[in-house]
Amino acid sequence: MNSLYVARNPRVAARSLDGEMMIMSGRDSTLFTLNKTATILWQAADGATPLEQIVQPKICTEFEIEPGEALRDAETLARDLASHGILQISEEPIVRGDSE
Amino acid sequence: MNGLLEQMTEKALARNIPLSVQLDLTYRCNERCVHCYLDHEDHGEMTTAEIKHLLDEMADAGVFILTLSGGEIFLRKDFFEILEYARLERQFCVKLKTNAIMIHERQAARIRDIGVESIQISIYSHRAEVHDAITLVPGSLQRSLDAARFLKSQGLRVIFANVLMVQNLQDYQGVRALAEKLGIECTLDPTITPMMDGDRSVLQLGVSHDELRQVFRDRGLVGDVEEFCTIAAPADEDALSALPCSAGHTTCYVSPYGEVFPCVQFPLPTGNVRNQRFLDIWRHSERMKEVRSIRLKDLTTCTSCSHVGSCSRCPGLAFMEGNMRGPSSQDCEKSLARTGIPSANMLAKKQAARDLVQIRLVPANSITQPSGAIA
Repeated sequence: MNSLYVARNPRVAARSLDGEMMIMSGRDSTLFTLNKTATILWQAADGATPLEQIVQPKICTEFEIEPGEALRDAETLARDLASHGILQISEEPIVRGDSE
Repeated sequence: MNGLLEQMTEKALARNIPLSVQLDLTYRCNERCVHCYLDHEDHGEMTTAEIKHLLDEMADAGVFILTLSGGEIFLRKDFFEILEYARLERQFCVKLKTNAIMIHERQAARIRDIGVESIQISIYSHRAEVHDAITLVPGSLQRSLDAARFLKSQGLRVIFANVLMVQNLQDYQGVRALAEKLGIECTLDPTITPMMDGDRSVLQLGVSHDELRQVFRDRGLVGDVEEFCTIAAPADEDALSALPCSAGHTTCYVSPYGEVFPCVQFPLPTGNVRNQRFLDIWRHSERMKEVRSIRLKDLTTCTSCSHVGSCSRCPGLAFMEGNMRGPSSQDCEKSLARTGIPSANMLAKKQAARDLVQIRLVPANSITQPSGAIA
């Protein structure tokens, strides 16, 4: 299976409010808050690091979860965030400046 | 306010985080609106580097919503550099306030690329002869409307902001109709703000009580007139413990010169980011703390007023009248126009005026001798 790359969508507004990530969609100004796992994913989504390399050290360690299961959950989460325009996902590294 | 934003605001309030800041980039302007409270001069605006540094500090302090306003923001040659930095480097949710007369297709496309939450454009009338007579710039309505169309065509959220005054009283419905036709939101505000130097003569541009009363009974504007104009139930202990407004609690204002105030309409200087960290001013300024300490029950006259629970009282306007814990007469006028019930402040002033009268009519038959003396 190909690696999945995730990048923060530059069109959203984002701020960590006392540890809770607040995101406003650039598409329709909908406001979201991210849970702890989604926040870790968002903060690590640099477009260059494959998802499994984010999951292994940051999510498996934090939540003591089996890597295969963590990766599947993270992929579902990434696709969900992408459907709201919060993350960009690709099977290739994402260069900043790529539009949504 | 939507539910989630309300939750985040409560969280920000509990943790003393300035969730929303208005930053005026300049007081210079290419219009000369007759009701404007600014002086339109440059007394030493922050440089690009100073503003970027401030944006870094504000982001670190937790500021999420950043309103860039002025003066006219597009008069700053570095405007797009600042906007790009705020959005793409520091990820603020940015709102713009502008007259938009410098926005053409190219600028509108660039704003879309950068991404902003909304662009608020000042529109005072749907008729050029009225709007242009307020801005004192011939052709300004046409240019602002062209810009609104360019921005809309880019899929951006545009809001018309209309200030109600004697000059355009008859036109607010026309502005709303125009906005609706263009698919644009519209706000109407009857508040005229005193000049920054304290000059209150500009307030004479405000509409009269009877006119405001009529506006407040416009179903198209307020919806359910009965509900809008109803007198609120007496305020209980909980209501009296409420905050007067968000100024100094989750919001503040920064001038083009780096001065920090509780709100754009609350000219109480609390510090300057040119010589203090933004967060230090926000957290530790004694004046900011004083503003933050005030609850409705601490207000001098308003606590006993029947409108206290529902009044739009602005602490900044009260401050400009001389007492941040006192009433704001403009808001008393609004409460009276809305409900027909005079405020405690109005009644107190009426009583004081009566007490000042020293000459009493004396029945003719009680005069026993002519006198030139004034008793």
